[in-house]
Amino acid sequence: MSSSASSSAMKSMFDPKLVKPAIAESFKKLAPQIQWRNPVMFVVYLGSILTTMFLIKSLFGKDEAASGFIALVSIWLWFTVLFANFAEAMAEGRSKAQAASLRSAKKNVVAKKLANESRESAVTLTDSNSLRRGDLLLVEAGDMIPADGEVVDGIASVNEAAITGESAPVIRESGGDFSAVTGGTQVLSDWIVMRVSVNPGEAFLDRMIAMVEGAKRQKTPNEIALTILLVALTIVFLLVTVTLLPFSMFGVSAVGAGSPPSVTVLISLLVCLIPTTIAGLLSAIGVAGMSRMMQANVIATSGRAVEAAGDVNVLLLDKTGTITLGNRQASTFIPANGVTEHALADAAQLASLNDETPEGRSVVVLAKNRFNIREREIATLGATFIPFTAQTRMSGVHLKDGDRQREILKGAASAIKQHVENLGGVFTADINQKVDDVARRGSTPLVVADGKVVLGVVELKDIVKGGIKERFSELRRMGITTIMITGDNRLTAAAIAAEAGVDDFLAEATPEAKLKLIRDYQAEGKLVAMTGDGTNDAPALAQADVAVAMNTGTQAAKEAGNMVDLDSNPTKLIEIVEIGKQMLMTRGSLTTFSIANDVAKYFAIIPAAFASTFPALNALNIMHLGSPNSAILSAVIFNALIIIVLIPLALKGVAYKAIGAQQLLRRNLLIYGLGGLVVPFIGIKIIDVALTSVGFA
Amino acid sequence: MFSNTLVQVGLFLTVLLLVTKPMGLWIANVMNGNCKIINRLGAPFERLIYRTLGTNPDTEMGWKQYAIALLLFNLVGVAFVYVLQRWQVWLPLNPQHFSAVSVDSSFNTAISFVTNTNWQGYSGEVTMSYLTQMLGLTVQNFLSAATGIAVVFALIRGFARHTSKTIGNFWVDMTRSTLYILLPLSFLFAIALMGQGVIQNFDVYKEVSTLQPTTYSTANEAGQLINQTTNTQTLAMGPVASQEAIKMIGTNGGGFFNTNSAHPFENPTPLSNFLQMLAIFLIPAGLCFAFGMMVGDRRQGWAIFSAMAIVFVVMAAVAISAEQAGNSILTASGADQTVSVSQSGMALQSGGNMEGKETRFGIVSSALFATVTTAASCGAVNTMHDSLTPIGGLVPMWLIQLGEVIFGGVGSGLYTMLIYAVLAVFIAGLMIGRTPEYLGKKIEIFDMKMTAIIILVTPLLVLIGTAIAVSVTSGTVGVANPGAHGFSEILYALSSAANNNGSAFAGLSANTPFYNTLLAFAMFFGRFGIILPVLAIAGSMAAKKRIPVSLGTMPTHGALFVTLLIGAVILVGALTFIPALALGPVIEHLLMVGV
Amino acid sequence: MDRIIENNAAIGFKESIKQTIRPAALLFVVLTIITGIVYPLVTTGIGQWLMPKQAGGSLIEKDGKLVGSTLIGQNFTEAKYFWGRPSATAPYPNNAAASTGSNLGPLNPTLAEAVKGRVAALKNADIDNSQPIPVDLVTTSASGLDPHISPAAAYYQINRVAKARGLSPETVQALINNNTEGRQWGVLGEPRVNVLLLNIALDNATKTSAR
Repeated sequence: MSSSASSSAMKSMFDPKLVKPAIAESFKKLAPQIQWRNPVMFVVYLGSILTTMFLIKSLFGKDEAASGFIALVSIWLWFTVLFANFAEAMAEGRSKAQAASLRSAKKNVVAKKLANESRESAVTLTDSNSLRRGDLLLVEAGDMIPADGEVVDGIASVNEAAITGESAPVIRESGGDFSAVTGGTQVLSDWIVMRVSVNPGEAFLDRMIAMVEGAKRQKTPNEIALTILLVALTIVFLLVTVTLLPFSMFGVSAVGAGSPPSVTVLISLLVCLIPTTIAGLLSAIGVAGMSRMMQANVIATSGRAVEAAGDVNVLLLDKTGTITLGNRQASTFIPANGVTEHALADAAQLASLNDETPEGRSVVVLAKNRFNIREREIATLGATFIPFTAQTRMSGVHLKDGDRQREILKGAASAIKQHVENLGGVFTADINQKVDDVARRGSTPLVVADGKVVLGVVELKDIVKGGIKERFSELRRMGITTIMITGDNRLTAAAIAAEAGVDDFLAEATPEAKLKLIRDYQAEGKLVAMTGDGTNDAPALAQADVAVAMNTGTQAAKEAGNMVDLDSNPTKLIEIVEIGKQMLMTRGSLTTFSIANDVAKYFAIIPAAFASTFPALNALNIMHLGSPNSAILSAVIFNALIIIVLIPLALKGVAYKAIGAQQLLRRNLLIYGLGGLVVPFIGIKIIDVALTSVGFA
Repeated sequence: MFSNTLVQVGLFLTVLLLVTKPMGLWIANVMNGNCKIINRLGAPFERLIYRTLGTNPDTEMGWKQYAIALLLFNLVGVAFVYVLQRWQVWLPLNPQHFSAVSVDSSFNTAISFVTNTNWQGYSGEVTMSYLTQMLGLTVQNFLSAATGIAVVFALIRGFARHTSKTIGNFWVDMTRSTLYILLPLSFLFAIALMGQGVIQNFDVYKEVSTLQPTTYSTANEAGQLINQTTNTQTLAMGPVASQEAIKMIGTNGGGFFNTNSAHPFENPTPLSNFLQMLAIFLIPAGLCFAFGMMVGDRRQGWAIFSAMAIVFVVMAAVAISAEQAGNSILTASGADQTVSVSQSGMALQSGGNMEGKETRFGIVSSALFATVTTAASCGAVNTMHDSLTPIGGLVPMWLIQLGEVIFGGVGSGLYTMLIYAVLAVFIAGLMIGRTPEYLGKKIEIFDMKMTAIIILVTPLLVLIGTAIAVSVTSGTVGVANPGAHGFSEILYALSSAANNNGSAFAGLSANTPFYNTLLAFAMFFGRFGIILPVLAIAGSMAAKKRIPVSLGTMPTHGALFVTLLIGAVILVGALTFIPALALGPVIEHLLMVGV
Repeated sequence: MDRIIENNAAIGFKESIKQTIRPAALLFVVLTIITGIVYPLVTTGIGQWLMPKQAGGSLIEKDGKLVGSTLIGQNFTEAKYFWGRPSATAPYPNNAAASTGSNLGPLNPTLAEAVKGRVAALKNADIDNSQPIPVDLVTTSASGLDPHISPAAAYYQINRVAKARGLSPETVQALINNNTEGRQWGVLGEPRVNVLLLNIALDNATKTSAR
């Protein structure tokens, strides 16, 4: 990263629009009831109050130590508290800003709201946000269905690939088993009138956004466990410093020289030793983790879920849309006996010229690639396009070839079979065989007929997304097993699984099978993450440890999950896992850093504190700090400043690399452990030099 | 000289390494009831015991029940040892007619031996009857060690099992560890010790005529000094070997005589000394292997062993070189502390700081023993720790303050070290972005609470205890040495008691109601304040599911983990005790170097 | 794992203590008998049977009279005897009924004074001797009963003893060598001279030469 880029990143991190309210907020957070929530910083808070009282006393002539020294220590202790407050305020400010922008940028669908059940009734265009249960909507070809609901009139083919993974459009009509439609799916042909059955998901999302940005952030289990450790360390250091007074009094009486260190010095020592760095940033790290999720357009309902994402062992991924492109592509022309491949390609191309679906386009592309059949303008051929309808389930072209009327149609095997047999043609065993072969390979057969003659089969194949294999091997290095979920048969599934490089697959998946799979993995002690969007995913989502619901999914799915992906991108799981890991890593690394810092602080403060009683201890002053007072003050100032310095790291998180645990640990130990040992020696020395140069002694 | 140091230390480590695996195999097999010979020979007797108790050995206990059984059993021990001392004057096997031990001393000693501390405020050969030594102290040497083994097995089962509500049967664990581990080892060791000259009899103290009469001055009843002459010497006797053996095997450390393993009747030869050091580490090292075996990955055990061994070697090197370098004040006073070797190559003198050391052990065997006895929570001494050089004394004191985890006490060393492993893994686990786990068990809020208690208990007892002692007259009056060393004496006493070591900077007159009470308190809570949370963790771990190992799991058997574990132990120990140590041995060292 | 039968966890705390106290006390009694009575008695029996001398204290008998133990040092201050390690026992040195070390800290002025005093005493007893004084000869032993001194400490005293007894230094040197043990197995501990045995040997040698 170039320096200008990093400085601009810093600039955006410390955007004045965020900084100003954060500064105000850090003073507001001085209220004791807020400080009390962070026990470690509360100790600093009490120390600040105590030294301030000493300062006031010393101004009235009752010197505990030199009042200038007490004043400086006291000021910097207050700064320590304020800096920690500032870190938290910054994180919260960023989080709020993100939530606000999310809310405004939400992809809203315009719904055509009807006055009554009739298609012809008055239409009002409404934002999908404001829909309520019971509203009647008109959805026409090309429209997104704005909300879950039930068809009350009309019939339409609907692409539910994003939800079911089935690339073939499904028919939705009023009455019967096929009347439910799902928000986020798309009507491909015809029209329907639907009744909204749930209050739309946007209200649910709003509720979640509000929760995320609100101050009601709950501590996550790991955060609580870490806080316990930090409190324990604080108590240890409290014991160390409190007992140092009687120890040194005994020392003074035994040696008969000097005086015990002042309480101000002991408070300084205490504050330097307790893990203020991590404690001051802990809350900011948690808030920042949630807000990084929001940056990725994922809304997590709880920090616990974000944390769990870091622990995931098994990822369940739907095949369609995640591993393969949502739509299939034509891969081979399989002509019927006696038909040339070229003839089949030509006919198929003609039938697809005006078909704007991805499958249709892919037939045209394949024809060009195989036989260089150029794309023709349908109008110049004098042809008319026969669009796909839910009733015929075929599409094609009607053209005049000389005096011969030709009708070239393509469609599902069953539809074409019915069509040719109606015309008196024969759907031969040979074709049947070829259709079956294609299906067995896991591809979709598209049969092409010219009139009553079946020309052959176009194989529509699943296409594995580019780069997905690399992502999976990255996940493997992170110790995560990937499982592909598909409705396909075993053979097909195995072929695609091998191509995509997943570790395992679940074929012919039913909701029950999914649920069982998750439970089995959990029984082995593994944490399972999955994405889902359909209502039938809800049980599995509820069972999974990390459950990401697609924003386009049903209300039930979103309620069952613990995260919602606004982009409805199932690959997002990988990013979610990384964000979860980053949050834990940042906490662990800063804890290590904070504790390692103490070594240098001892070397600064111990010789200084006992300079009068045990001058020989100056041998430990390996930093050669100017004077006892400047040594102590330098340590205190360093301890405060390091919080500010580390705010960007806390907010951005420690960089995650998909390397094995061992290398990752070695790397972070070197940076934050060894760094934590060395940095304060340098920092304290620099501050001491600065203090001495301005005449402080 | 230097090469002999290497050979002595190297031999010790080599033999230790060689016995670790067989010892671990034996321990794990007999504790789990997998040893065929034992099953055939011991089973009928074992069954008889369980029938007497009216318990079913196959009925296991949850952690709370296990803890209750353990506490009650140990409290029975406290009561018994207390009463035995108070009544010894009326009981048999008291040839020297020792009177009843004082209330506070009896109380202190009872707690001390039950908690495996074996701090001795009293002086053995002038206080305790043979019956008290045998029936009270020897027995507790066995039972406190067996308690340690029981606890560590409960914890190991916690890691080895999953989704289990129980962690073992306390009665079975106690019976097996006593009968099959401690008893046979002690018996063999006692015989070996007798062969070297350790006494074992019930005779009255023997009076011998000395070659030369000794004239000495003593105070008469009026308090005036008068000169007296004696030409006899009274040799203390007793059943020493049997107690000496379990004192080492069980890392108890409570000597039969006042000067413990420095006394020629307790530790007569360099070989007996070598065997004693080995005996201290025998079970703690073997337990590491047993641990690895039981959790199904021996490397886990060796990793713990390596961490312990590395710290031990470094500490021993520091102690030996400090003692060998000697005390500049002795040189200034006219003593020659340099090593000298005859023309034929025989060492003429070991040189170094010989104050408070025995000639037969010299510097190396003494400093090594001091390191061993404090690395493990044994507390037996063959050299007077109070007279060690400042750095030579810092090593044992700090080893104690590290929480007795460098091999540590029988059982207690490993269970405390495993808690440190949990702590290390917790921070490291976060650093790799996962909920921390150790041996497939997630470390969660409850576990961290218990770990926090364990980390807090000893600093609390040591620091607050020392603060109290240096602040009151009854605490400072017993100090024998001026200046910083007086502080070291008190700090050492509290460290030793709270960590159940039992060795002392013995110049401190601690047989006073004040110290007997304060130290008894420290010993009791230092022992059971850790055992209870350890058992709680055992129960919590046993109940958890086991997470399978993946590439994302942090391995806990490699060099990195060993480094991490050492780092956790050293850092916690250093951060907690640096200021106190700075006011004691560190300043003393700087003053000595300055001289 | 199939052995594990879950214990009745529903019982209360008090009840649980009541049920536990009986087996706790009984097991304590059983194990006390085994480890506190049977074990020491059997060990004693074996000791008395196989190695009565060691188990009895390695006592030295001279003319039917007990004169000491090879393991326990005695106090020697006369010029004709080799002096052993200084002893901090009370009320007199080498009190084998009450072992103790000095417990003097390294910087304790008392230690420095004591060492200076012992150095002075050694020099007074052998004014011509300008050899460096081995540290073990002027520092107290850990037990106060150390039976040994280093060979260097013995060699330092040769002239004084030889003069006091009218023996040749070579004779004395030979006696020292007779009573010197090397490192055990050539490795363990330190070479050492048993002062009591050496002095008994000296007495014997003087007696024979006088006769």
